[in-house]
Amino acid sequence: MGDWMTVTDPGLSSESKNISQNTSETKMSPSSLYSQQVLCSSIPLSKNVHSFFSAFCTEQNIEQSISYLDQELTTFGFPSLYEESKGKETKRELNIVAVLNCMNELLILQRKNLLAQENVETQNLKLGSDMDHLQSCYAKLKEQLETSRREMIGLQERDRQLQCKNRNLHQLLKNEKDEVQKLQNIIASRATQYNHDMKRKEREYNKLKERLHQLVMNKKDKKIAMEVLNYVGRADGKRGSWRTGKTEARNEDEMYKILLNDYEYRQKQILMENAELKKVLQQMKKEMISLLSPQKQKPRERADDGTGTVLSDVEEDAGELNRESMWDLSCETVREQLTNSIRKQWRILKSHVEKLDNQVSKVHLEGFNDEDVISRQDHEQETEKLELEIQQCKEMIKTQQQLLQQQLATACDDDTTSLLRDCYLLEEKERLKEEWSLFKEQKKNFEKERRSFTEAAIRLGLERKAFEEERASWLKQQFLNMTTFDHQNSENVKLFSAFSGSSDRDNLTVHSRPQQKKPHSVSNGSPACTSKLTKSLPASPSTSDFCQTRSCVSEHRSRAWGPAGWQAPQKAGVGLLHTWPAVVRDWCGAKC
Amino acid sequence: MNFSEVFKLSGLLCKFSPDGKYLASCVQYRLVVRDVNTLQILQLYTCLDQIQHIEWSADSLFILCAMYKRGLVQVWSLEQPEWHCRIDEGSAGLVASCWSPDGRHILNTTEFHLRITVWSLCTKSVSYIKYPKACQQGITFTRDGRYMALAERRDCKDYVSVFVCSDWQLLRHFDTDTQDLAGIEWAPNGCVLAVWDTCLEYKVLLYSLDGRLLSAYCAYEWSLGIKSVAWSPSSQFLAVGSYDGKVRILNHVTWKMITDFEHPATITNPKIVVYKEAEKSPRLALGSLAFPPPRAAAGPLASTESKYEIASVPVALQTLKPVADRANPKIGIGALAFSPDSYFLATRNDNVPNAIWIWDIQKLRLFVVLEQLSPVRSFQWDPQQPRLAICTGGSKVYLWSPAGCVSVQVPGEGEHCPLGGTLANERLSADTHHGSFGALSGT
Repeated sequence: MGDWMTVTDPGLSSESKNISQNTSETKMSPSSLYSQQVLCSSIPLSKNVHSFFSAFCTEQNIEQSISYLDQELTTFGFPSLYEESKGKETKRELNIVAVLNCMNELLILQRKNLLAQENVETQNLKLGSDMDHLQSCYAKLKEQLETSRREMIGLQERDRQLQCKNRNLHQLLKNEKDEVQKLQNIIASRATQYNHDMKRKEREYNKLKERLHQLVMNKKDKKIAMEVLNYVGRADGKRGSWRTGKTEARNEDEMYKILLNDYEYRQKQILMENAELKKVLQQMKKEMISLLSPQKQKPRERADDGTGTVLSDVEEDAGELNRESMWDLSCETVREQLTNSIRKQWRILKSHVEKLDNQVSKVHLEGFNDEDVISRQDHEQETEKLELEIQQCKEMIKTQQQLLQQQLATACDDDTTSLLRDCYLLEEKERLKEEWSLFKEQKKNFEKERRSFTEAAIRLGLERKAFEEERASWLKQQFLNMTTFDHQNSENVKLFSAFSGSSDRDNLTVHSRPQQKKPHSVSNGSPACTSKLTKSLPASPSTSDFCQTRSCVSEHRSRAWGPAGWQAPQKAGVGLLHTWPAVVRDWCGAKC
Repeated sequence: MNFSEVFKLSGLLCKFSPDGKYLASCVQYRLVVRDVNTLQILQLYTCLDQIQHIEWSADSLFILCAMYKRGLVQVWSLEQPEWHCRIDEGSAGLVASCWSPDGRHILNTTEFHLRITVWSLCTKSVSYIKYPKACQQGITFTRDGRYMALAERRDCKDYVSVFVCSDWQLLRHFDTDTQDLAGIEWAPNGCVLAVWDTCLEYKVLLYSLDGRLLSAYCAYEWSLGIKSVAWSPSSQFLAVGSYDGKVRILNHVTWKMITDFEHPATITNPKIVVYKEAEKSPRLALGSLAFPPPRAAAGPLASTESKYEIASVPVALQTLKPVADRANPKIGIGALAFSPDSYFLATRNDNVPNAIWIWDIQKLRLFVVLEQLSPVRSFQWDPQQPRLAICTGGSKVYLWSPAGCVSVQVPGEGEHCPLGGTLANERLSADTHHGSFGALSGT
């Protein structure tokens, strides 16, 4: 119904809407139909009449409109709206059922129509777009046609021009040809003229020459002479001979001899060349025959277009060829046979090759499923076999190598082996000796150190004793001056810290170890230690005790390690020797 | 390479004897003969006038010295220094003098080619041959010295006479089908005579020793024809160089062309080796610059060194544009020579004057191209091995062999160029037996 509402909106006047209005008119109430008619001015006639008529369906003319509808419907093939009249006189009654049926049918019809209309609309749209497309196509084609027409005109123009040019060129060519002809004629005429002139000139020249000759030569010119001390002998040592007919004949003979020799020489060369070529031909032929003979059987069996007969010829030829005397025959007799047979065989070979080619192409076309192709299994078997063989061969080689080595080893003299061994031993010996000396040196060092250690220990023992004594005395004194030394004690501590300075941290770590392991260092630093001890005497017993040991150790370190002349790490290493032999050995190894 | 000291020379007259033992050179009217090995002067002869031509006899026993201006020929013997011989052509004049191959006869051509006089050193006999033709190469002897062919001109027709050299008897006399015969040459085997026509017509005629025409060859018409001809030492090929810049090789069996060698100005084939001479400018040491500069350094050619570089193809060679309206245009194959083993052929195309083409005759293709900095004046093969010597008129000699090529500075040349002049005429002569070269410079 919303649809309908929009339809009745007087603002809307598009044609498509009108159509939908017309189709839905059966649903419209009579009151609205009027306005609709006002809106729709160009509706089809039949519908116009219909709507016009129904517009008059009011309270008054119900009967008429019903009858009219009935009439209309019956004309359209619907059942009558009135009940079947039993009697003619009775007034026909409106059959509600029939009306409803009619309405239903009309609605169905309407729906169908709507559907059809939609289809038609879409088709129309489609057709419209098609039309547009076609129109654009048409325009394009028209344009194309225009351009091609223009192009054609241009091309025609160019063609015309080219033709024109061509004609001109032809003309030019012709002219040039004429010119060339003319020039050639001129050249020829010039040449003849030149020759003529030359001849004339030459004749004159000859005449002059003749005259000169007569003048110069015939007059017995005394000047023309040869002075020679004595005549020399001929180069060949022979005497000059008189000119006679005999000499002439001899000269001729000699000339012909020379010519003959030359020809003979050349003939020999040519014969040699010929023989070579013949040999090559024969060889070729033989090879061809050998190449073709395995194929002989097959063509025979197949009886291919006459190759069989040719092949029999070939066989005959082959038989003939075996006679070596053929080679020495003169060309004429052999030539034909040879060339013919070669030609034949060549033909056979050619056909054979062609056949092969065909086969190959066929195979290619058919794929590799023929029996010619080696099957995969065979292939694998073959490779396996080959691998096995390779393995065997390798083993064989290995055994052979071993045997060879053994043989070599046994074959070698004892001298050489001993020498070789000696060589090795010598090298090793030398190395060992070196190591030995090194060890010895180290040992010596150790001994020295041990001695110094023991001395130091003894000294330390003595010192300790002295120290103990001193301490006892000192303690005694402290007990006596307990109260008076308080401030001095703090001073002492400060002094101590300032003294130990940077090496404080070191000393803490070293402290525990050197005390037990480095008695040797004490030996060197003992005087300083004692001096220090005397200095720190006034400290309180608890702290000073600690201080004493600490300062003592630190003093020892700084003093003994510095000026003793030993290098610190070396000494440390040596000092540790007794306790950690493994480490020392490592270190020694590294040093070596 | 070793160099001797510089010998004085006049008129470029310097020749090795055929046996390679002696070297004859002329200074004005004196003839100096030196031993090749020691370079000591063996003999010194004094002629009557300035010598214009010298020639060794084939047996290296005699030397003839021609003084054309005086119409005189003097002959000297190497074995007998006191022996002398003087031939006076008198008023007939003299334009050419040469030995016969036996070394006992001298052929003198008179002025205007009126006749050739054959003087014998053995007998008193004198023979005259009339009507010799004045042409490029009118006399040729066979290599074995038996026969002489002579081009003649009578009644406006060309003839060839074949003489037996032993007694100067006429063996054959036949006319040749030429317009204006330009040259004749025996094949090395002495059985075929090549006759070629004037440059106006391309025509080669081949005659047998007995005067039969074996073949005639004409490559083209209506254009300038043959410029140079050479036989291969094996007598197998005849190379004909022509004005169209091609060398055509004829074979000795059919006398047809086997191949033609074009001489393109650009070489594109990468198989061909192109050696290009490149100048190495000497380093100037500022401290050692003398003032005034020494003579040797003043000559521009003497101071610069050069070497060969292998150019990468394509190489464009320097070409000369020939002057079209002058006679004897500088185009075509002006010189060609086979190596003594017949393996190589060296050619020079006159419109590419700086280049020498060397062709491989076995493969019948171009092998090497040498491009010099200046025009090639002459080249000559070593008589014993495939080695080519080239000179360009500078103070250098260039040697090529299949192994490569070198440029050699001839020492001391600069001092012998008075006024810093260029070595205008340089010639090569090859020692037949020792394979050594002498490069001669004249001033």
